[in-house]
Amino acid sequence: MGNKLGVYICTGCGIGEAIDIEKLSEIPEEELINFKTHSCFCGQEGVDIIKKDVEGGTNAVSIVGCSRRVNFDVFKFDGCVVDRVNIRESVVWPMSREKYPAPTEEEKGKEDFIDPIQMAAEDYLRMSIARLEKVKVPEPYKPDSFSRKILVMGGGVTGMTAALDAAKVGFEVTIVEKGAALGGYAAKLRKQMPVKDPFESLIPTVVDDLVQKVSAEPKITVKTGTVVARIAGQPGEFTVTFKNPGEKIEFDVPFPLPDEMKVDENGKELDNEAQHVKYQEYNKGKKDILTLDPNGELYGAVVLAAGWRPVELKSAELAHLGVGSIPDVVTNDQFEQIAAKGKIVRPSDGKEAKNVVFIQSPGNGSDNDFDYCGSVTSMVSLKQAKYVREDYADGKAYIIYQHMKTPGLQENFYKSMQQDPGVFMTKGEVVGVSQSGKGLLVDAKNTLLGENLQVKADMVVLATGMVPVTVDDPVVNLAYRQGPGFRDNAIYDGYADSNFICFPYETQRTGIYAAGCIRRSMTIEESMEDATGAALKAIQCIESANRGVAVHPRSGDMTFPDFFFQRCTQCKRCTEECPFGALDDDAKGTPKPNPTRCRRCGTCMGACPERIIGFADYNIDSIGSQVKAIKVPSEDDFDEPPLRFICLICENDAYPALDIAGMNRMDIAPEVRFIPVRCLGSVNVIWIKDALAQGMDGVMLLGCKHGDNYQCHFVKGSELASIRMKKIGDALSSLALEPERVAMHEIGIDEYDKLPKIIGEFVEMVDALGPNPFKGF
Amino acid sequence: MTIDNAAPAGGSILVVGGGISGLTTTLEAAEVGYEVFLVEKNPSLGGRVSQLNQYFPKLCPPTCGLEINYRRLKDSKNIKVFTLAEVEKVEGAPGNYTATIKISPRYVNEHCTCCGECEKVCEGEIDNEYNLGMNKSKAAYLPNNMAFPQRYVLSPSINPEDAKKCAEACKYGAIDLEMEAKIITVNVGAVVWATGWTPYDATKIDNLGFGKYQNVVTNMMLERMAAKNGPTAGKIMRPSDEKAPATIAFAQCAGSRDENHLSYCSYICCMASLKHATYIREQYPDAKITIYYIDLRTPGYKYEKFYKQLKEDKNVFFVKGKVAEVSEASNGNITVVAEDAVTGEKKRETVDMLVLATGMAPSLADNKPQADLKFNAEGFIVNDFEKGGMFGAGCANKPADVVSSNQNATGMALKAIQSLRR
Repeated sequence: MGNKLGVYICTGCGIGEAIDIEKLSEIPEEELINFKTHSCFCGQEGVDIIKKDVEGGTNAVSIVGCSRRVNFDVFKFDGCVVDRVNIRESVVWPMSREKYPAPTEEEKGKEDFIDPIQMAAEDYLRMSIARLEKVKVPEPYKPDSFSRKILVMGGGVTGMTAALDAAKVGFEVTIVEKGAALGGYAAKLRKQMPVKDPFESLIPTVVDDLVQKVSAEPKITVKTGTVVARIAGQPGEFTVTFKNPGEKIEFDVPFPLPDEMKVDENGKELDNEAQHVKYQEYNKGKKDILTLDPNGELYGAVVLAAGWRPVELKSAELAHLGVGSIPDVVTNDQFEQIAAKGKIVRPSDGKEAKNVVFIQSPGNGSDNDFDYCGSVTSMVSLKQAKYVREDYADGKAYIIYQHMKTPGLQENFYKSMQQDPGVFMTKGEVVGVSQSGKGLLVDAKNTLLGENLQVKADMVVLATGMVPVTVDDPVVNLAYRQGPGFRDNAIYDGYADSNFICFPYETQRTGIYAAGCIRRSMTIEESMEDATGAALKAIQCIESANRGVAVHPRSGDMTFPDFFFQRCTQCKRCTEECPFGALDDDAKGTPKPNPTRCRRCGTCMGACPERIIGFADYNIDSIGSQVKAIKVPSEDDFDEPPLRFICLICENDAYPALDIAGMNRMDIAPEVRFIPVRCLGSVNVIWIKDALAQGMDGVMLLGCKHGDNYQCHFVKGSELASIRMKKIGDALSSLALEPERVAMHEIGIDEYDKLPKIIGEFVEMVDALGPNPFKGF
Repeated sequence: MTIDNAAPAGGSILVVGGGISGLTTTLEAAEVGYEVFLVEKNPSLGGRVSQLNQYFPKLCPPTCGLEINYRRLKDSKNIKVFTLAEVEKVEGAPGNYTATIKISPRYVNEHCTCCGECEKVCEGEIDNEYNLGMNKSKAAYLPNNMAFPQRYVLSPSINPEDAKKCAEACKYGAIDLEMEAKIITVNVGAVVWATGWTPYDATKIDNLGFGKYQNVVTNMMLERMAAKNGPTAGKIMRPSDEKAPATIAFAQCAGSRDENHLSYCSYICCMASLKHATYIREQYPDAKITIYYIDLRTPGYKYEKFYKQLKEDKNVFFVKGKVAEVSEASNGNITVVAEDAVTGEKKRETVDMLVLATGMAPSLADNKPQADLKFNAEGFIVNDFEKGGMFGAGCANKPADVVSSNQNATGMALKAIQSLRR
C-alpha cells in the first residue's frame, strides 16, 4: 500500500544481551527497509532519530523493544502508524538465556542450530513488517447529517435533571413525556426523602422547582402526552418519530421476525427474500426500519429516563399478608396516594388510620424483601411512617423489616426516625395479617421484641418494589435490525442496566444512556445524580461522533469498519453478531453500516465468511500476513524442528496479563507467537485455517470470560469466538487434523500467574499429538 | 449545518485523586474535549480499588477496568497526569481558580524503562504500603505490577548507600538523586475532589482486638491476602502461623454505624464480607464462616442476587448481633462474643481468624485542603451545585460502592464543565 517503513531496534533492557542484533537486523536489511539500532530508543536521542525519519517521509514505524503498554506517549508520531514489536515483555523477559543458552561462536554458523529466543524475536519483527505493509493511517468517519440535540425520554425527576444539566452547557434538549404533565411519579408524592446533607428530615418534592426551571430554560422543549414511535439511524443522526400514546402509525417500530417464523413447514430456513416477505406481513402497516421518517426529528443522543411502575402483587403468593382479601392492606404506592390527598385514612371505611404497620419483607421463611426492591423501599417505609406521625399526635407506626437497608448517608434519615418515640422498628418475619373486627392483626416471629409479636393495626402497608418500564415494553423503540429494545435485559431482571461496574453507563446500544429507576431502584437523590452522569455521556457521544471517533472502550479510535460490498453474500452474520446492533440489513440481506453505533471491536470482521470487512489499521490481511510471516520450522531445515503455534490474544485483558507474566520473568513457551487482537470476536477463522495450512502445529485463543458475568469489553466477543471455535473443530476433522489443535481459554487480567501453565500445557498436548502433517507443504 | 471539529473551549479542569472516581471524572471530561489535570498523591494511579482482588458482585478483577481506563488516558491528548503530587491550596472563584500543587521527588525520571535493575541492587527495605504494610518491598520499587505510570520510585527513606547503588545500576540515567520537590500552579475553571477514603483505623476500636491479637485482621488486609500480587501470593492464611483457617468470623460495622467512631454506614462492608466469603470458599471448601451483622445491606437486584446465592452455602452462618467482645484463646485462636439480637442468647464462638469489616473514613477528614469547600461533620464534602466550581466526587462526597461512585464521578465531570461555561 505504499507505506514507507522504518525499523528501530532497541538494544536496551537486556535485549542487546539476549538477542543477536546483527542477525535480527538482516531482516529489514534484506527487504531494503531503513533500520536503525539504539541502546535506548525511548530516550530523547532515540526518539529524535525516529522523528527525523518521520519528518523525512517515513509513515509506518516498527519499534522493536518494549510492550505497547509502556512508553505510549514517547512513541506517538502524527500521521504515522506505529507498531510496537514487544520483544522485551514477550521474548527476552519470559525466556531466559539460562534456560535457552545462546549459541556459542561455533554454533552460530550452524544453520540448524535452534535458538528459540532469537527465532521468536525474528518472527515478531517479520510479523511487524508484514503488518505495516497492510495498514493505513486512519481517517475519521463523518456522518452525512449531524445533530447536537439531545432527546430525553421521560419527564420525571431524572429526565428533567438530565435535560437541565445538558442545557446548562448549551445543548438543546427535547423532553418527551407520555403523561399530560411533567413530574413523573415524584409529582404524586406528599413529601420526599432528603437530597442534601444532613439527610435527616423530609422535604417537599423537588418536582415543582424542576418544572419551573425546565419551563424557564429556552433550550428545553417539552412534549407532553407524547411517546417515541421509533428512533432510527445512529448517534449524531438519530431520526425520531413521535406520536400520541396508544396511537398506531406507520412509523411504529417493527419487530424482528421470531425465529420460528424464519423457517418453512419442514423446518428449513427460508431465504432472505422469503423471510423479508414474512417480516413485512408480521409488521403489517409499519414501515421498514430503513425507511426514514421524512417528518422525523433529528437528535444526536438519547437519555432514557422512562422510570418505573409499581409492582403488581400476586395475591396467591402473598395471601398470608391479606393481599387480595383485606382492603386495608395496601402497597406503599397506594399508601402514598392516600397520604398525598390528605390525612391518612383507611380505604375500607375512610376512618383515621392511626396505627399503621409497614411490612418490608414478605416472609415465607426467607429474609428477602419484596421483588424489585432496593434501599429506596426501606427509605420509603421510614418516610411513610413519618406521615403517620405527622398526621396524628397519638399515631403509631411499626416497621417490621428483615434488614433495614439504608446504606451510606441514608443512615442519617434512619437514625433521625429512631428518635421518634411513635415509630417502632423491629427485625422480624411476618407470619400473617388477619382481619379482626374492624381492625387488623399482624403476627410476626423472631423479632427483636420477643419470639412472637402481635400488633393491632388500622392499616398495613407492604413495601413493594419498583418495576422498570423496560420489563413491559422496549420503550426506546429502536429501528434496529436486532430489535427495538436493549438486549439481554433479562440478565438484569429487566432493568436497562449496564453489565460493567467500572462503566455504569455502557450498554449494548451506543448513544442511548439510561438513568434513574429504569436502571435500578433509586431514591430521588440517586436518580438526580444518575441523570447528570447520563447527560454527560450523551454529550460526550455527540462530541465523539462529531469528531469521527469511537466512544468507550476504544475512545478516540478513528477507524471504522469498511465493507467491500461487491463480494457480500448477504449471509447476515455481521448484522446478527454485532454486539451493538450497528448493522441493519436490507430486504436482500446486505448490511447497512451505522458507523457511529459501532464500537470498533471487529466482531463483524470475525464473523464475515467472505472476509470483506476491515479497518484501516486492523483487517483480515494485516493479521493474516502476520501469520504468514512466521517461519514454520520444518524437517527440511532441522532434524527435530521445534513446534510452532500462534496465539490470538485479546489486547484488553489477556495481553496485559501476558505482559505482567513477562515482567515477573515467568517462563512462557517459546514456540508460541502472540498476535494481539481487538477482541476475540474479531478473530476470523481464516487466520486459524491459514496457520494450520501453513504447517503450524496449533492455534490458541486467549480472551475474556463470558457468561452472565462477562468481562468481555465488547459484551459478546469472547462468547462468539467460543461458538466459532466449536464449529471449527468439525472443519479440522475433515482435514484429518485433530480438533484439539485449536483451543480457546478464558483468562482474567489478574490471572497472569496461570498463563505459563495454560500455554505450556497446550504446547505439551499438541506435542503429544505430533507435528502438523501439513508441515512443509 | 456546520460541523465544528474543535474541542469545546472554556478552560481546564483539575481533578484531585487518581482512584477510580478521579479517573472517571478525568476521562469522561477529557473525552468530551476538555483539558484535565489529574493530580495523584501516590506514585501510581489506581487508588483504593487497585488494592482490591475482585469487585462485588461480578467477582471480576478491578485491574480490568483500570487497564481500559489507563488506555483511554494514554490515547487522550487532553490529560496531564501528576503523581506524587498534592494540592496545597486552591484560590479563586468558580470559573477561575489557581491551584498550587506540590510534587514530591520520585528520584526516578522518565528514562526509566522498568528494567528492575535498581530494585535488584537495593538492599534496604520499606513497608509495602500497597500491601498495607503486611510485607516489605525494596526501597527502590515499582508500586505494583499494574502501576501507572509504569515507572520505579525511590522511597524518600532509602539509605544513601542504596540510592547510590541504584544510580550506578541504572543504565538509562533514570535515577536522579538531585531531584527536589517542586511547586507548580495551574489555572483551572473547576476542581473536582475525588480524594476517596481511608480504611477506618481499627486500632481505635478497643473491644475488637485489632493490633492486640495477630489473627484479627481487617477486610482490606483480607483483600490483599486474596490477591495474587499480595503479601501471601493469593493465599488466605492466618497471620500468626500461616495456618489455613478452618473457621472465620466477620464482625460487620467495625467502626461504622457507631457514634464513637463513624456515625454513618460505610455502604460497602456488607457486600465486601459476602464477597470475602466467596474468596474463602474458593480456597477452603469446608471452612465455616460466621457473619455477625446489624443489618445486611445488599440493596438492589444485583446485590440481592449475590446474597441469595451465598445463602445457599450451608457453611456460611449469619447472626444478627454486633460483636461486643474479642479475646485471644489458645493457639492464637480468637474468641468472639456477641448477643444474637433475635434469640437474645449470648453467643461465644472461638475461631481461627476474625475479620473486621472496617468502614471508610473520608481521606480529607483529618487533612482538609486550603480550598473553599464545605464538609459535613464526618469530613465528607457537601456539594453546592448552585455555587458550582468545586465538587466532591465518589467517596470524598459520600460512602458508596464503585458503581455509584462512577455514576457520581461521571456526573461531576458535567458539573465541572458547567462551571467552565459562564
